[in-house]
Amino acid sequence: MTFGKMKPLRITNYTYTSCLGAGLSANWEALQAGRSGLKPCDFFQISDLDTWIGEVADLGDALPARLLDFDCRNNRLAWLALQQDGFFSAAEAAIARYGAARVGVFMGTSTSGIHQTELAYFENQDPLPDWYKYGTTHNVSSVATFIQQALGTQGPVMAISTACSSSAKVFASAQRAITAGLCDAAIVGGVDSLCLTTLYGFHALQLVSPQKCQPFDRQRSGISIGEAGGFALLEKGDESGLYLLGYGESGDAYHMSSPHPDGAGAQLAMSAALRKAGLAPNQIDYINLHGTGTQANDSAEAKAVEQLFGNATPASSTKGWTGHTLGAAGIVEACIGLDAIVHGHLPQNLHLQEADEGMNIALLKEAAIQPVTRVLSNSFGFGGSNCSLILGSL
Amino acid sequence: MLECYLNAIGLAAPGLPSWQASTAVLQGQAAYEPSPLEKYKPELLPANERRRATELVRMAFRVCEELMAASAIPMADCASVFASSGGDYPIIDQICRSLCESERLVSPTQFHNSVHNSAAGYWSIATGSRQPSTSLSAYDDSFAVGLLEAMCLCQQEQLPTLLAVYDIQPPYPLGGKRLIPVEFGVALLLSPTASEHSLSRLQLQSTDTTAPSTAAQPALEALRCANPAARSLPLLELIAQAKSGSLVFACTNQQSLQLEVQPC
Repeated sequence: MTFGKMKPLRITNYTYTSCLGAGLSANWEALQAGRSGLKPCDFFQISDLDTWIGEVADLGDALPARLLDFDCRNNRLAWLALQQDGFFSAAEAAIARYGAARVGVFMGTSTSGIHQTELAYFENQDPLPDWYKYGTTHNVSSVATFIQQALGTQGPVMAISTACSSSAKVFASAQRAITAGLCDAAIVGGVDSLCLTTLYGFHALQLVSPQKCQPFDRQRSGISIGEAGGFALLEKGDESGLYLLGYGESGDAYHMSSPHPDGAGAQLAMSAALRKAGLAPNQIDYINLHGTGTQANDSAEAKAVEQLFGNATPASSTKGWTGHTLGAAGIVEACIGLDAIVHGHLPQNLHLQEADEGMNIALLKEAAIQPVTRVLSNSFGFGGSNCSLILGSL
Repeated sequence: MLECYLNAIGLAAPGLPSWQASTAVLQGQAAYEPSPLEKYKPELLPANERRRATELVRMAFRVCEELMAASAIPMADCASVFASSGGDYPIIDQICRSLCESERLVSPTQFHNSVHNSAAGYWSIATGSRQPSTSLSAYDDSFAVGLLEAMCLCQQEQLPTLLAVYDIQPPYPLGGKRLIPVEFGVALLLSPTASEHSLSRLQLQSTDTTAPSTAAQPALEALRCANPAARSLPLLELIAQAKSGSLVFACTNQQSLQLEVQPC
């Protein structure tokens, strides 16, 4: 149960970087062209995993000298994403406007810079090599501190790590902190990067697909793992523009790595988001589904969506393009939802050929060109952690 | 300013085996002696899960179960915040070692235990709570930032909120890069309004003061500095002594936080 209707919170800038490219326009071009960013897994010379990945290009350069302590794949991806779409200067302008102590940083990540620890263990376990810095690279807080240091904020800083709902939940925490008066603006976002832990871990759970992921399809066989980073700048305001209208958080209280089969927790999160936004289901124009491509997630999510929305609201998973970017999925898909509003274009559920039985929701096999005012985006994670966001233009 | 009420406490660290058994030490009436904690078996987990529960999950359940026993509020009604600077170091160590083997066999259980919200997930299953739950890290400031998030949830969503903050010792070789020499766990149950069970009123705001409040006993002050979760000790001392006071939680990369404590 989430208390009361929230005052819409303005989104004054947003950006994301994925395997489709760096920044909004590169990603949007690929979405319009129906071009997936997935490729057969060749990360870290892996040869024994039959799967597809969404890898971000151009992460070869070390971070600038003043931020070198943070240097690792995850923070390089954060840095690349931060440079796109004028986000860095928009964040600096917000800090100048409100004061550093009045701008908060809320970042989501699942595995943070764990790949740096993997590299250290490969080199020497007794002891770990001198170059390896745990606190500023692998630790969960690293990406939040990195953004704080890169921009010079002094308001609240936290890294939220609730697996695949992480960077959706940052919107909720930031909204609460702003409403409580702890800050006037918030940099929210999420970054997760490829690592052996997730590739082999999801493989151990038999959840990675040997094909490009096919969410909601009869033939779906699991996820394709991707990496991504993205940000949004949240401020109070009432001018016309894009807004966070609602959020809903819930737990499944069911299982550590499988969703509740009827999507009970997912339904709670979506209902809570509608209540926060003061909206009825028929006021939502598009649902960006969590839609991972696993048997369990997609059938549970379809049931939950059907319960609330019937089969009327156009819906798609965009993971066929980006892969499942885990702790970054929330921000990536929030950005895709915002772009759907801006462009009046609903992306199709890429790789969907024939919807599975029981998927009684309005899955988009083809893109739809139509006015879009309000979007709901779902993100669900291990431990039964669910978060739904409602974004819209006012 | 954030305001809420503190209703129940769970505590575990060497020499502080529970909140109930630690009040004399926290009141300054008994000397602190860091005798090791005995292994804890979470009561709420089913038998097969209890055997497999990691050291980190056992620590989280230990403090949450003590709090639950003292709480008049059903845990299923509570939102929660689980804050830990680094999460399950032993699991991370095991996974990284496995990845160095030619087979790279990561166990499914190890993998789902490696997520930072593992304890929160087990707790939600054990208590049936479907309320919002945040798992977070703010490195050495994880207690203060966890408290901030919990008080935001409690006040903004008008929900009773469980805050659990815990860190365990990283094993070698990670321990060489992240020094946490002693385990520590603490749980606080917050509510938006006062009740007959309330211990204290808490009010939180940011402050320009940068000098942290310290623990009164030198041995407890050493413990406070040794584990991010133990930064809670000055608050626990005030509560144990039923005193009012103003505490500063100094933060490394953000404005410090000031907590006003007023016994109910």
